[in-house]
Amino acid sequence: MAFELSQETLDTIDKVIPRYPQRQSALMMILHAIQKEQGYLSLEAQEWVAERLEIAPIKVREVVTFYPFYREKPVGKHYIRVCRTLSCALNGSYKICDRLCQELDTKPGEISPDGKATVEFAECLASCGTAPVVMVDDDMYENLTEDDIVELARRIREEEIK
Amino acid sequence: MSLETHIARKNLAIHPKERRIILKHADRPDYDASIDCYLRNGGYDQQKKAFSMKPEEICQEVLDAGVRGRGGAGFPAGMKWKFLDRKSGKPIYLICNADESEPGTFKDRQIIHKDPHQLIEGMMISAFAIQAAQAFIYIREEMPYGAKILEEAIEEARAKNLLGDNILGSGYSCDLVVHRGAAAYICGEETGLIESLEGKRAYPRIKPPYFPAALGLYMCPTIVNNVETLCNVKHIIEMGGHAYAEIGKPGNTGTRIWSLSGHVRKPGYYELENGVHTYGDLINEFGGGLRDGRQLQAVIPGGSSAKVWRAGERFKGKLRSGEEFDWAIEDVPLDFDGPMAAGSMSGSGAVVVIDDSVDIVEVLANINAFYAHESCGQCTPCREGSLWMKKITTRMANGGAREEDTALLASIGDQIAGRTICAHGEACAWPTQSFVAKFQDKFLDKAKQDPEQLSKRDFRMV
Ligand SMILES: Cc1cc2nc3c(=O)[nH]c(=O)nc-3n(C[C@H](O)[C@H](O)[C@H](O)COP(=O)(O)O)c2cc1C
Ligand code: SF4
Ligand code: FES
Repeated sequence: MAFELSQETLDTIDKVIPRYPQRQSALMMILHAIQKEQGYLSLEAQEWVAERLEIAPIKVREVVTFYPFYREKPVGKHYIRVCRTLSCALNGSYKICDRLCQELDTKPGEISPDGKATVEFAECLASCGTAPVVMVDDDMYENLTEDDIVELARRIREEEIK
Repeated sequence: MSLETHIARKNLAIHPKERRIILKHADRPDYDASIDCYLRNGGYDQQKKAFSMKPEEICQEVLDAGVRGRGGAGFPAGMKWKFLDRKSGKPIYLICNADESEPGTFKDRQIIHKDPHQLIEGMMISAFAIQAAQAFIYIREEMPYGAKILEEAIEEARAKNLLGDNILGSGYSCDLVVHRGAAAYICGEETGLIESLEGKRAYPRIKPPYFPAALGLYMCPTIVNNVETLCNVKHIIEMGGHAYAEIGKPGNTGTRIWSLSGHVRKPGYYELENGVHTYGDLINEFGGGLRDGRQLQAVIPGGSSAKVWRAGERFKGKLRSGEEFDWAIEDVPLDFDGPMAAGSMSGSGAVVVIDDSVDIVEVLANINAFYAHESCGQCTPCREGSLWMKKITTRMANGGAREEDTALLASIGDQIAGRTICAHGEACAWPTQSFVAKFQDKFLDKAKQDPEQLSKRDFRMV
């Protein structure tokens, strides 16, 4: 199947390129738009971007493989990041991560068996004053207790979080 | 249970001793991020005033204000602007560093989410002052709403001709673009940030020759400043540079937004006049002190790369003014020079408090895991050293400590600092060097602890 993107994503891409004095600068914003739509950055996607920006495919791959947020494989329906850095760790984030994985029957970095989540450890999310914190897709959950985690996992399992 | 998400939670209990300039409006319940709200509160008046001045005059005000960078290094902004290479004839760029990635820091988040137009106004004044051809905000990926809020605010400002073409009829044009990172700490380092903005891996560039003020974005003269620094520019125009310099202490002018986290009762952000309060005030008065039954073990005074202080230690020496000092941690002035005199730094203004409930070796192991993950990999000492330090301290925390580890750690740290392309080398070496030096007894003790028990411990940080 040929590589295709939605019109919305194509529009976003057309909009970001002219913002920069040099085309390659738009690379990261384009990758964001594609990953948002497709969930990950396939090799086809990377080649498509290279062509769009008129740069060598390796320049795209270099970037995709450097930045932790870009991924070359799909994740679960929700991408969940548990902060593991100092202020969160001092406030129990390792336990929070264990508990979340237990509740979702998964392991860090893997897609849960029901496909609803991928839990990962992340580095400082710049919300250390409300530690421990967890990001579910774009949303930040703060000051979490183990009880909160049980509830959060329930909402994810029962699709109360869209 | 209240499991809710907030895009920008308001702090409705501002401490009466805070001196709020940058965060003056941000937490007001009736204040929002729209341009109408901003304009109702005097917004963009300073931009209008600045655009009636000469660019050199604005630069002079910023220099007179003595405002030091709030991103980490504390370099005076006016001086940095002076170093701009204006003779090359190449376009000049302004970049706002909104990567906010130093562990412990969450102050720029407040400005971006609650008062985005203040940042835009500060940036447009700064852009005009340095005659930038274009301006960028590099915001970390983990603030998706922040990026959206800024983009919307930029469109609002564009509709009112506050940025874009022929701004306010002045003949000066400058566009402002939001660029999102992708979860790499090293994008906070200004030359890594620039590479990233060029659509490449964030490999920092070596200085010299690549000082951004001469060879920055697209090898053009570039100024990179932190969010809070750029917001200050607006207030410098409002007050005048000399009047601004009256706030705080000489060489430490203005206010600072401190991010307080870790083992305190009231973690949070506090905007305080520089040099008026101490670390003791921040921890005990603003932060509400430690939790019940707990003793202070350590304080990290300026982000996780700052050298640690051990509870009970004393700092003695002579200030630049010639005055002698003999401080406990609690006496160190909350400003730029105080923590520096006490052998560390104020860095990004992030203070992490550590009580006696945790194992200090494990604290270092947690910090080391961060730096090992975030090294960009260009320099062997940083790439390999940060990994070794992580592996050794993790093994120690998990019950595999050996007598010789302490000396080994110190020697690795000593061989990184000063031998790398960027300051990530120091950032990863300083924690190990300082923890091992100050808590040597605890590190040596580790080898004597029962491995069985350590491996079964309930509370973990690695
Ligand atoms: C490893 C590393 C990470 C950094 N991270 C940040 C950051 O997240 N935000 C920031 O403003 N400055 C950061 N800095 C400092 C920047 O390199 C730069 O000095 C700063 O943005 C300049 O702005 P200022 O002069 O207004 O402080 C970092 C520096 C290093 C070495
Ligand atoms: S010091 Fe570390 S982060 Fe900086 S350039 Fe070298 S390897 Fe990269
Ligand atoms: S340490 Fe978790 S948000 Fe900063």
